[in-house]
Amino acid sequence: MCGVIGYFGGEVPTQKARHLLHRMAESVQHRGPDDAGLYIGDGIGLAHRRLSIVGLADGHQPMANGEGSLVVCFNGEIFNYVELRSTLESRGHRFRTTSDTEVILHLYADRGDECVGQLNGDFAFALWDGLRRRLLIARDRMGVRPLFYTRRENTLFFASEVKALLGVPGLSAEMDPFALDQVFTFWAPVPPRTIFKDISELPAGHILTVDDGGMAVRPYWDLAFPDAADREAGRSEADVADEVLALLDDATAIRMRADVPVGAYLSGGLDSSITCALAKPYAKSGLRTFSVTFGSQEHDESAFQHEMVRALGTEHSAIFCGPDEIAEAFPSVVLHTEKPVVRTAPAPLYLLSRHVRDEAMKVVLTGEGADEVFAGYDIFKEARVRHFCARQPGSQRRWQLFRRLYPYLPGLQQQSPDALAAYFGAHADDPADPLFSHRPRFRSTGAAKIFFSAALREELAGYDAAEELLSRLPADFSRWHPLHQAQYLETKFLLPDYILSSQGDRMAMAHGVEGRFPFLDHRLVELAARIPPVMKLKGFVEKSILRKATAGLLPPSINKRVKQPYRAPDSASFFTGTEPDYVGRLLNRTAIEKTGLFNSLATEKLLSKCRRQANGFRDNTAFVGILSTQLWHEAFTKRSAWQPGHHEPSRTIQYGDA
Amino acid sequence: MATLNEEIRAFIVESFLFGDTSRTPGDDDSLIENDVVDSTGILELVAFVEDNLGIPVADAEILPANFDSIAKLAAFVASKRGGLQQDDAA
Repeated sequence: MCGVIGYFGGEVPTQKARHLLHRMAESVQHRGPDDAGLYIGDGIGLAHRRLSIVGLADGHQPMANGEGSLVVCFNGEIFNYVELRSTLESRGHRFRTTSDTEVILHLYADRGDECVGQLNGDFAFALWDGLRRRLLIARDRMGVRPLFYTRRENTLFFASEVKALLGVPGLSAEMDPFALDQVFTFWAPVPPRTIFKDISELPAGHILTVDDGGMAVRPYWDLAFPDAADREAGRSEADVADEVLALLDDATAIRMRADVPVGAYLSGGLDSSITCALAKPYAKSGLRTFSVTFGSQEHDESAFQHEMVRALGTEHSAIFCGPDEIAEAFPSVVLHTEKPVVRTAPAPLYLLSRHVRDEAMKVVLTGEGADEVFAGYDIFKEARVRHFCARQPGSQRRWQLFRRLYPYLPGLQQQSPDALAAYFGAHADDPADPLFSHRPRFRSTGAAKIFFSAALREELAGYDAAEELLSRLPADFSRWHPLHQAQYLETKFLLPDYILSSQGDRMAMAHGVEGRFPFLDHRLVELAARIPPVMKLKGFVEKSILRKATAGLLPPSINKRVKQPYRAPDSASFFTGTEPDYVGRLLNRTAIEKTGLFNSLATEKLLSKCRRQANGFRDNTAFVGILSTQLWHEAFTKRSAWQPGHHEPSRTIQYGDA
Repeated sequence: MATLNEEIRAFIVESFLFGDTSRTPGDDDSLIENDVVDSTGILELVAFVEDNLGIPVADAEILPANFDSIAKLAAFVASKRGGLQQDDAA
């Protein structure tokens, strides 16, 4: 796990390359504090910051093959490297190291670009083929590891994080207003778009190739579901459950491979309890588990955490995350998300990874992904209820299901059936709309756009983020079951662009911690996509097949637990204790007008309302969104603000002819 | 009556539109369908009626028929005030 940096093209004079690569790599040294390396050739430069996990002694990067014709710079893990290596050895390949990195070199030599299809892992790598003078950049299927790029004249620059690209001469951070509109609709920009103008993100499951003839980006994998009309006949639920458990066990086992101890996050929910239970037997010197606790009852799950710790006998530690902790961490969080966010939920994960690092651990498993893959989120139930209501628009009885759907929203319990019908039916969404499942979320997030300034609105005139999303859907999308359509939207967009990024990779790597996700093993993702919708969301029971598969692993109280969404206190975090200085500094009228993105008068009113007490989704979304946008602006558009720490590379080896 | 409507309207513009008078709702415009209030927003409206107008609101009264427009809310408030006065008189 690491940071990768590099360029291809004629813009960088070789004598300046070393300095440039050093500077770029330094800005992502939090991703790889253990080691650093460079490769510089004619028109090509690669730099690496390493977090050593596999092949501790001989995994230095960039790594070249024996002939020196192929060089790879790799961030992530190839979990099936053991199996790939033995296959390659039987085909005559001879290995010089014990690392998973070397497998990529041999596999590429064997299969060219198709090598990516053989890899089971979380990766972003750049592979230089010196004989063909061609660079291959690839990103894993689910989007666990990040990769950004930009083109200056005829040179491509790429990096694990945007802050490294901001070291490219002549490139400065400018906000893309359309990406901001996407943040205020989907919670994150949709790649290749990023919040930075002229900087792109390689989408998950894509490869980028570039040579002297030009650049191309293409997908090598996509999530696919069967046609709704195709019913796979005959498989019993018990059979499917057995297959799920076997594959999940293997997905966990190969994610316990490391030359350092692997720990696990434990929220107390179903998913992380499953990963911990499966991981325990593979943790030879015992399993260490980590969790966050909250002061507020609506967010805290510590009773369930303790229950799992007792059941499994793990060595557990927790950190408390109160409003002050969130408020204090939030500016650093935005430095690492590198984009505005509309929730504070990344902050506790930032604090948790710091704790893991302080406990001298580098790798943790998490339960992330189960809600997408096995249909756990409320949005799937909500869409089903809305479909059900849309069939009988006059029925008020049907709308009462919303009360059952959101038992944790106290406001809803008080309200009458016709009030529920009015809110949830106010917009008669067309059930045939491909985005039907997500329209209410897009609307409730988008409601915060009332704070956009007149100038921003003018720039966005005629732009509809949802239309852009519609253009990304696969051709056969309309033939899928509605649950599968909703799962696709959740898995292809929110998962990589927000969950795995702003709450995942960036928060963990801020402290040099690598997250691993058994539920996102592509074999399991593909298996789950073929499971009939009714086995995943059974009535109001979410992840039904997963519960069945893992019933023997968990205490019944955990196995039957209703999904509690992971949330943290939002605007309240900034006003419960001492209000941090930066809130008033960034949200006063002058500061808002200077940035020009929001209506200063309205923002001032929002701030004073939040100081009293914010209510509801829109105010919270708007407050956190505006505050993080202002923080982003301050951090990235004033170049001095990003200052890397002072880790010195333990050694630097240069290959190539420079 | 007009002053009650204006008082409600001023609260809505201040609390839900954050001063954006270009979206000021008319007396009969639906607050829900025009995205001025959502399920939590309506509870702010309830709090306003209780705190600023001094009228207690029962759960069963949190209905679109009472809260979905300025005119409906004003009528609800007026009827409650009438009811309260009658109670006082009794």
